Amino acid sequence: MSSALEDPRIIEFDVRTDEMLVNMGPQHPSTHGVLRLVLRTDGEVVSEVTPHIGYLHRCAEKIGENLTPRQWIPYTDRMDYLAGMNMNLGWALTVEKLLNYDLPEKARHLRVIIAEMNRIASHLVGMGAYGLDLGTFSPFLYAFREREKILNLFEDVCGARLTYSYLTVGGATADLPRGWVQKCEQFLDELMPCIDEFHTLLTENAIFIKRTAGIGVLSPEMAIDYGCTGPVLRGSGVDQDLRRDGEAIYTGMYEGYAFEVIVQKNGHYPQDHQYPPVPPEAVVGDCWHRFYVRMLEVVQSVDLVRQAIDKYTTATGDWGTPVKLTEKLPKGEVYLETEAPRGQMGFYLVSDGSSIPWRARARSSCFCNLSVCPEICKGVLIADVPAIVGSLDIVMGEIDR
Amino acid sequence: MPSGADFVEQLKKKFPGKITGANLDAIDPWIEVAADGIVDVCRHLRDDPKLRFDMLNCVSAVDYFEPDAKKAAKVAWQPHIEVVYHLWSVPNKNSLVLKVILPRWKDDRPGEIPEVPSVSGIWSTADWHEREVYDLCGVRFTGHPNLRRILCPEDWVGHPLRKDYEMPLEYHGIRGR
Repeated sequence: MSSALEDPRIIEFDVRTDEMLVNMGPQHPSTHGVLRLVLRTDGEVVSEVTPHIGYLHRCAEKIGENLTPRQWIPYTDRMDYLAGMNMNLGWALTVEKLLNYDLPEKARHLRVIIAEMNRIASHLVGMGAYGLDLGTFSPFLYAFREREKILNLFEDVCGARLTYSYLTVGGATADLPRGWVQKCEQFLDELMPCIDEFHTLLTENAIFIKRTAGIGVLSPEMAIDYGCTGPVLRGSGVDQDLRRDGEAIYTGMYEGYAFEVIVQKNGHYPQDHQYPPVPPEAVVGDCWHRFYVRMLEVVQSVDLVRQAIDKYTTATGDWGTPVKLTEKLPKGEVYLETEAPRGQMGFYLVSDGSSIPWRARARSSCFCNLSVCPEICKGVLIADVPAIVGSLDIVMGEIDR
Repeated sequence: MPSGADFVEQLKKKFPGKITGANLDAIDPWIEVAADGIVDVCRHLRDDPKLRFDMLNCVSAVDYFEPDAKKAAKVAWQPHIEVVYHLWSVPNKNSLVLKVILPRWKDDRPGEIPEVPSVSGIWSTADWHEREVYDLCGVRFTGHPNLRRILCPEDWVGHPLRKDYEMPLEYHGIRGR
């Protein structure tokens, strides 16, 4: 007799089981930090998920009301600690929008290099940790080997490996060191063959496809309704990337760059001919697509860094002069969203005319991405919950702030 | 924002008495909406086939209160709280800012937090964001399905982002300051 079941859920409904509350976290390894999920289960089937957050709340917004914008830069690092550069950039651009600051061309390209390098590092962690969630350890080690090289490069740039505070209001805190650009190019050349390895390890892996394809399907309407952004939104087939669609001050940074938004159009992703095809069981908006969008964005970022290096080496002007630490802010209020690796990171700054903001608000992308989790976890198996939460690629530091 | 002053006029005609003001010269222009009209205005903004503000990016509250009496004499505004809604249209790729001005305390009774109708029935994003605003800034969203604290512990006292908030001296045996 064959032991294979068409759908394991069918048998679950035949066996009489009691409803049970299961606590997952706050220290569960697959919850990406201190996230507590309360699962209401019936046998193996989850009927309700309630996330409890706030374990990592560090009052960042209250601190922002007591420091000048440049002093708050290190705190933005600590929100999304896997993409510190992108967080610095988001806040710096928000303040520059209020100051009406015109950035020199060289600083613009420098920022693109740094921000896209950090996006690669962040997506590598996202990919490696997702493997861990699904019970495979090796992709994690492969991903961290490559990420380590990026951290080494960042260490050369600013001395820090995780919390950089490198990009700041008015440019960067220093120019790129001599010879760094060559090292960076060499790294990109080394990274490209590794991406094929990652695809062999996970994307094409039959077990991986079984665990992710068709699981946790998020419809585009629901993604928009819940304010999901970044790879989660694009994985659902919504064509939006703030690097192309955002406000002028942010898209101006990417002016003159050639890139295509990674979203499935007519059943195809840009550049998917180089990589494993979409498996037939995958549905747009499922865990597999969210993962695949991240993987393709790594390649996109590699391409963007290459373009940025070309432009940076020939650009005129300065790498930027940071504004005074206690620079007086004009009266007014601004809101700006940027495309961080995990989604649209927004900052809202209200100034009363002094050098300290009246209100500094951070709109977290993971906060919205996680809020959709109870909706897409309804009726899945317990083992699928880590697969779904992992595919959202959350960082608790950013959710709790 | 879709074509400035005309747009505000249209809204004023459609919702008489509910649009209480606008600032179109600001860097991010905003429209002020009366608290009792926010749900209708938001539903219109989301459902209108031309506007289609289908994404709510952010809900935040700003407390306008100066605890220092010397500085308070110099400020131009009366103490109040602003609830700010940042909307975004995915098909049109444009943004809009709405504001609701509330008193700091309901009926001027300190301790009674002000109320505004919840928009969580229009955008699900508002669910968690309004919980956060309630938790940190002390604004009650009437009609919210589950208005509990989200970042602070459930037994926390006070709303930390209020300007007159005092850090507790002690919380379950942990020294506060």
